[in-house]
Amino acid sequence: MKFIVSTVLTGVLAFIVGLYFPWWGIAVSSLLVAVLVHQKSWRAFLAGFLGLLLCWGGLAYWIDMKNNGILSSKIAQVLPLGGNSFLLILVTGVVGGLVAGFAALTGSYIRSSK
Amino acid sequence: MRILPFAISAIITGGLVFALNKQWGTIPPMGKFLSPQHGFWQNAEPADEGFDETLNFPGLKGKAEVYFDDRLVPHVFAENDEDLYFIQGYLHAKFRLFQMDLQTKAAEGRASEIAGPIAIEFDREQRRLGMKFAAENALKEMESDPQSKAMYDAYTNGVNAWINSLKESALPVEYKLLNFKPEKWTNLRTALLLKMMAKNLSSGTEHDLDYTIAKSIFFPDELKMLYPQVPDSLVPIVPKGTVFEKPGIVPVAPASADSLYFGNKDLASMEEYSRPDKNNGSNNWVVAGSKTQSGAPILCNDPHLELSLPSIWYEMQLKTPSSNTYGVSLPGSPFIIIGFNDSIAWGVTNSQRDVKDYYKIRFKDDTKAEYWFDSAWKKTTIRIESIMVKGGKMIQDTVAYTEFGPVMYDNSFGDDRSKHQNLAVRWAAHDASNEGFTFYKLNRAKNYDEYTEAIKTFSCPGQNFVFASKTGDIAIWQQGKFPARWEGQGLYIMPGEDSSYMWQGFIPQAENPHSLNPERGYLESGNQRPTDATYPYFIPGTYITPRAITIDHYLSSMNGIQPEDMMKLQNNYFNTLAEDALPILLGNIDETNLSDKQLQFLQIVKDWDLMATPDSKGQTIYQCWWDSLESAIWRDDMSIHSPPALMPEEQTTMELLKKDSLLRFIDDISTPEIETLPIVVTNAFKKAAVMLTQKESEGKLEWAKFKDPTVYHLLKNALLPFARAGLNVGGNGNIINAVTHSHGPSWRMIVHMTTPTEAYGVYPGGQSGNPGSVFYDNFIDSWVAGKYNKLWFMRDGDKTDKAVKWKMTFSQ
Repeated sequence: MKFIVSTVLTGVLAFIVGLYFPWWGIAVSSLLVAVLVHQKSWRAFLAGFLGLLLCWGGLAYWIDMKNNGILSSKIAQVLPLGGNSFLLILVTGVVGGLVAGFAALTGSYIRSSK
Repeated sequence: MRILPFAISAIITGGLVFALNKQWGTIPPMGKFLSPQHGFWQNAEPADEGFDETLNFPGLKGKAEVYFDDRLVPHVFAENDEDLYFIQGYLHAKFRLFQMDLQTKAAEGRASEIAGPIAIEFDREQRRLGMKFAAENALKEMESDPQSKAMYDAYTNGVNAWINSLKESALPVEYKLLNFKPEKWTNLRTALLLKMMAKNLSSGTEHDLDYTIAKSIFFPDELKMLYPQVPDSLVPIVPKGTVFEKPGIVPVAPASADSLYFGNKDLASMEEYSRPDKNNGSNNWVVAGSKTQSGAPILCNDPHLELSLPSIWYEMQLKTPSSNTYGVSLPGSPFIIIGFNDSIAWGVTNSQRDVKDYYKIRFKDDTKAEYWFDSAWKKTTIRIESIMVKGGKMIQDTVAYTEFGPVMYDNSFGDDRSKHQNLAVRWAAHDASNEGFTFYKLNRAKNYDEYTEAIKTFSCPGQNFVFASKTGDIAIWQQGKFPARWEGQGLYIMPGEDSSYMWQGFIPQAENPHSLNPERGYLESGNQRPTDATYPYFIPGTYITPRAITIDHYLSSMNGIQPEDMMKLQNNYFNTLAEDALPILLGNIDETNLSDKQLQFLQIVKDWDLMATPDSKGQTIYQCWWDSLESAIWRDDMSIHSPPALMPEEQTTMELLKKDSLLRFIDDISTPEIETLPIVVTNAFKKAAVMLTQKESEGKLEWAKFKDPTVYHLLKNALLPFARAGLNVGGNGNIINAVTHSHGPSWRMIVHMTTPTEAYGVYPGGQSGNPGSVFYDNFIDSWVAGKYNKLWFMRDGDKTDKAVKWKMTFSQ
């Protein structure tokens, strides 16, 4: 239960923070969630990772759908991902997820005792 | 708290954020770039995006509405001129900010700020050519007239209103990829944009440096033969037989010209740093009511430029209670540049006139502080140019300004093989002028007199302004401020030690080549020489002959013309040069020793209909054969000198071979044997066949596949995924439909002067500069297919028409 709560909270908070702060706000918010909802460190990492994978990946997927993949197919050649929009969405989610995951991991250690 | 794991993971997190927030080489800050709320995803515009908006700006004087049709063309209805151009600026910025910012920074010589060290030499060239100097001079003129200043100010304020409202997440995607931010707009930047056009169209329409090389190789009569002033097959803009008045100014050659100038073979040569595309040309023509089915004139224009995404053009209608204009505008400048209003239509092609000369300067010493001029040491004005380079470095460059202009080439800038001469450049674009305001007036002109009044101050780049009115007048003026030259002046680098070689004045404006309502009922220009040899001035330039011949050929025989006929003509593929050149090739080839493959190619070109259609194999074979022949004839003769001299124009080569099959240049002087025309033609064919066989095996023998027409993004190969390649369109630079690999008709327009006006247009791009928008490149397929959009010249009564898709309301 805690895991789901922290995952969802990480994702939702990242979205709100993204509206008002620079992109790296997700690191701060994910860390805070991990401090508030204390879990074992590996679970905290996973919750942070999943939270942003869903938030960024989901947003990217939604935007891409509305855009009919016009831009993603181009950016996925610039980057280079072989023009594969899905890969680009995945990379977006994973990059957000890694930042949030490590931030959450950091947060989990703040409250964990020896 | 577990200190060690905490510290480690904190460092990893911090490091990750740091790494993802920083640009690594050409890789943008990936965290920011990928963030769906900040980065490129924000530019992925929903396919069903709406553009309805209500906007308030305290700078506006009244209310205004902008109605967008389904092609995202804005129809601006304002109460006064200032609001009109404020909104034009706002819309340009909203849809095309990146190109405006990039092009004007490049014009100013600031590309290194964006592109890094790779652009330093480009920036130096811009500054040494005096681009900013030219723009500063123009700005003074633009702002000296209060009405003119008010229009430019309004436009600038409109651009800045958009920039000020721009959130970082809404920046065009190119800014996110390159990691920089747009800069505030100024009237100077508008001036810079117009100077960029001046450079594209009037810097490189001279061959001074090339001809100077040729002068050291060839005799005077050979020079006249290789680089003739009036081609044999010329069809001039001003109909032949037009009588010209006695010249108002008769420039006199300096007494020393024969020895110090024409006879001087020591002026060692140098290569130009870069040249604009030689195909920067255009077509325009107009037919009178006597030749149309409706009895109303039809005006046509297709300016040929480097094709790009976003396009150089932005289509719009600009309306106030006192004016109503439709056409294409240049993002970065107010006004409609090519278009029509309720009374007239106009279009432009480039004049190709030589308005740039080089003078050899003798400095007293390396400080460049003084130079020898009129038997005394004269002080230069030193301008220190500071070039900021991405990454923090700054480069300084010293440019000395003389009586002639900036010393562009000197010991710190120029070709290594040259002798590092000091060359000052005298360029008409440096002179103060207000080209933009010609368009302000033209947008409002009601008849022939107001059209001539509008264009007569237009100085540089010289343009052929074609004209038609609802009252049935047709006209063309080659307009510009053109130096009155003595015979031969400025063909070569000139001595810069005394004032006798300077320009002695300009051709009086009224004597510029023009024609009004000629009996034949049509006028046309395709970058050819404007007049035949009877024009009383020496007017060198880089004219292009074949297209005008083709246009004239068709127009002269057409009657009962309808707009559809004009569409077909703008998309015509007839290869006039090949019509003359092919008999030379086929008449001289020795077929006895050709392989089966070679004979097969030969048969294709024999059966060719002279049309450069996309699927034409004949055009490909002909072109490769001809290019190979030109190279075989000229390379040996031109390479006596290093750098080599300029090959004659292909038109000249054809005319020379047609006249004299024993031309002495045919022989390859690097071999002991004497090559004759049949030998050279046959060898050229065999050589071409090697490449053609290769292309055929790649499936690229069809003309369109061979030349691979591509509309690149402005950042070219750096952003290939933003380009549209492999377009199935034929044509070539010397053909009416002048599409080369990446160059061609940047806007095709046809205006039928009926009431109401019937107009058609298309450009290879789209109204939005955003690669994430459906409007980014949605006109390209129509353009390729030779199809047109019907232009909606919206009326007050149309505001509730269902053709209106979106509406923006502007007020204080």
